[in-house]
Amino acid sequence: MELLKIENIEKYYGSKSSLTKAINNISFTVDKGEFTAIMGASGSGKTTLLNCISTIDRVTAGHIYLESTDITTLKGKELNKFRRDKLGFIFQDFNLLDTLTAYENISLALSIQKRSTSEIDAAVTKVAEQLGISDVLKKYPYQMSGGQKQRVASARAIVTDPKIVLADEPTGALDSKSAKMLLERFNYLNKEQGATIMMVTHDSFTASYASRVIFIKDGRIFNEIRRGDDSRKVFFDKIIDVVTLLGGDVSDAL
Amino acid sequence: MLFKISVSNIRKSLRDYAIYFFTLIIGVAVFYVFNAVGTQAAYLTFKNDSRDIVVLLTTMLSGVSIFVSVVLGLLIVYASRFLIKRRNKEFALYMMLGMGKGRISSILLCETIIIGIGSLAAGLLIGIGLSQVMSALVVNLFDADMSKYKFTVSVPAIRKTIICFIIMYLIVMLFNTFMISKCKLIDLMQSGRKSEKLKIRSPWLCTIIFIISAAALGYAYYSVTHSGLDQKKLIIMIAIGAFSTLMIFWSVAGLLLRVMMSVKKVYFSGLNSFTFRQISSKVNTMVFSMSVICLMLFVTICSLSAAFSVRNSMNRNLRELCSADVEYECTYSADGNKFSYADLEKYSSEAGQDITAELGEYVHFAQYNDPALTFAVFFGDQKDAVKEQFRMLNFDFCEEIYKLSDYNALMELYGRKPISLESGQYAMICDYKNMKQLRDPVLASGQPLSIFGHSLTPSTTECINGSIALSAQHINMGAIIVPDEIVDENAATIDILIGNYSASSEEERDAAEQRVHSAFDNVSEYITSKYGSEYILALTTKEEIRQNAIGLGAILSFVGLYLGLVFLITSAAILALKELSESVDSIPRYTMLRKIGADEKDITRSLFRQTGIFFLLPLILAILHSVFGIKFAVTLLEAFGTEGVLSSVLTTSLIILIIYGGYFLLTFLSSRSIIKEQK
Repeated sequence: MELLKIENIEKYYGSKSSLTKAINNISFTVDKGEFTAIMGASGSGKTTLLNCISTIDRVTAGHIYLESTDITTLKGKELNKFRRDKLGFIFQDFNLLDTLTAYENISLALSIQKRSTSEIDAAVTKVAEQLGISDVLKKYPYQMSGGQKQRVASARAIVTDPKIVLADEPTGALDSKSAKMLLERFNYLNKEQGATIMMVTHDSFTASYASRVIFIKDGRIFNEIRRGDDSRKVFFDKIIDVVTLLGGDVSDAL
Repeated sequence: MLFKISVSNIRKSLRDYAIYFFTLIIGVAVFYVFNAVGTQAAYLTFKNDSRDIVVLLTTMLSGVSIFVSVVLGLLIVYASRFLIKRRNKEFALYMMLGMGKGRISSILLCETIIIGIGSLAAGLLIGIGLSQVMSALVVNLFDADMSKYKFTVSVPAIRKTIICFIIMYLIVMLFNTFMISKCKLIDLMQSGRKSEKLKIRSPWLCTIIFIISAAALGYAYYSVTHSGLDQKKLIIMIAIGAFSTLMIFWSVAGLLLRVMMSVKKVYFSGLNSFTFRQISSKVNTMVFSMSVICLMLFVTICSLSAAFSVRNSMNRNLRELCSADVEYECTYSADGNKFSYADLEKYSSEAGQDITAELGEYVHFAQYNDPALTFAVFFGDQKDAVKEQFRMLNFDFCEEIYKLSDYNALMELYGRKPISLESGQYAMICDYKNMKQLRDPVLASGQPLSIFGHSLTPSTTECINGSIALSAQHINMGAIIVPDEIVDENAATIDILIGNYSASSEEERDAAEQRVHSAFDNVSEYITSKYGSEYILALTTKEEIRQNAIGLGAILSFVGLYLGLVFLITSAAILALKELSESVDSIPRYTMLRKIGADEKDITRSLFRQTGIFFLLPLILAILHSVFGIKFAVTLLEAFGTEGVLSSVLTTSLIILIIYGGYFLLTFLSSRSIIKEQK
């Protein structure tokens, strides 16, 4: 089932004299339950793409549909409501509120939806179990490791049961062990809970956990590969191949 | 180069500096306005001896200015230390690039100079404008004539303001240089890495300390309002109050969040958890400042209310207590026990003057003393208890005695109710509240008093409210009225003549006043030359009392206003600075809240609550303090009369609402623009 449909979107920066085409006519669709990775070198436009989908940034042209809503036409309050109810965010630098405990950070996403206290408690407990952070719920961000922080951030993103989870370089600030643990969790959420995840990364290892990888170069889609029934190892090698094909430009992304 | 960096720094951190700058400008303006009062007054025409009071006022205000400049100096040092702390990272960058500490200090020096010159210039301009308004206030207070008034600029006040503030800025520069020279690069670099370590305080300890300090405050409140305090005890109570305030903020900082968290329904609704965490972290880092702010607000409220109420009630007292125009008194002062009666009219006719010439109606009577009837005798066995409360009272002092017929004649002149006495009775007239409280039990006991050898019982069970002499205050400690027939005429000690001018129009009265004064001078001179200086002739006129009362009221209002305003600005500025810098630090948090879809309305409401509670906390405790502080002040200022307390409290509230509320609004609005989404 088609969940997200991106139609000929463009995003320009700057003035007429020095125009930067961050996104130059990109179209693709994402089905429900897919785990998509978007890869590309720095400056290829992948984060801009994610920002446009997440309504943090506006497109210059084109349309983005989530289910049947055209999110490029949403404004003000509708935008906030859309973000609050339909999307979940995970950021590279966690973006947890340092004044709140893990529990409160996760519950905040629910309480701004005006859910009842008992509902909040049940939901937080459940999601904490799924992500293996039940024992750090009472801790503050400064008392946690990077991996724990990112899992708390992930818990906050999925606790509201969003249509799609958007992750921007989720493993960027993690060591390889924590990164692996987080990705395993993503896999679990995707496979067992049916969450739709879209993740921006420049790391082939991270991308190999996805079921589908879209490569972006200079604001255009360069290539796209699907994992199919391949093992993660095989898929990883395929990704490496494409990255090599992308050439020197992307070597800095490895 | 350095200059360029400084200018761009100021421009960059304009948000932080705005409130600082604003406060400096107000500080300079207030300082100028109050110091310019003297010069302003030179252009006004005053009646009689108001001029002396203006001189006294000016001296008084310049004395207070020293204290004020210390307070403002501390504020400036605090604010600049605060601003420097916020820029540690920037300094770290300079040092990494190889800039010496000396150069960094000169950048700061440059900034201080720019801000100093800017705020001085702006503050003086505003001050000069405001001081014209102040002149109107002076005119209003002193009943002066404004016709010759013109726009004035007080050069001495400008000079004084500039010197004072330059000294303050110099201290700030020294302080900054010291701060910079002391710091290490590694600390500067790491200062940005904020570890929001919330000090977790044991809730039990907090509760216990809260209870103890609340009890201590209650005790201090009780002692201040319910028992007589000497100075030493009062200071102890103030110390207890100040320390309990600190402890209350300390424990509230620890408890506030816990209490809120226990109400899960509220805590986990909307952005509340975020809001409370923000507040609690602010309060936690500001326990000491909050206490100081609370105490400053307390002083503000009390000094403003006391100043206004003394002024208000003085005006009222004048109407009530000065029911006649002139009072002459002739006293023999050599030896309290050896009386020698002097008759006013006899002496004045000897001197060739008619002191009653200007008077339409008057009462001429004498005060009598019975050497055997002193305060000590009146109070009898309660003497010791009274002594405890009135340490200054001379118990060997004779009670004042008046004849009933004289008293009733005077009351008729005053337009007050006469009294009647049966034979064998005396009446006690008293309007000094504290003294009345002591005398009432004696009267209630109905104990007979021996006056001129006759045993008399009190006619009433408590003092009759009233007074004999003209006065601006309720200071009649007690006058005994007795039936005419028992008085020993030889015991007369003071000859008193109280009357009203026959003239009715304003100008004629002024002229009569002049003539009475000159007649008095002549008679007084004659008596002194003929009978020696033991005979003292005294003249009191309503006009004189009025001038003095107004002067005293004016001085109190000015000093109260001055101190109150400075304290108010200082405390509001500290809160505003802290709140604004917190907002700058919190920008990423708000950005995150937006990303997860919080409504702009909810975010604004959260910010409003944070700012509101932050400003309200010290104010609430200060108001509580003030309730008892004012109660205490009322007993202290009893002599001045404190009937106008309510309206003064209202005026004070209005001033606080405008300034404190203004700061709150300004802070809220600029915080909102700080955290607004940057696009």
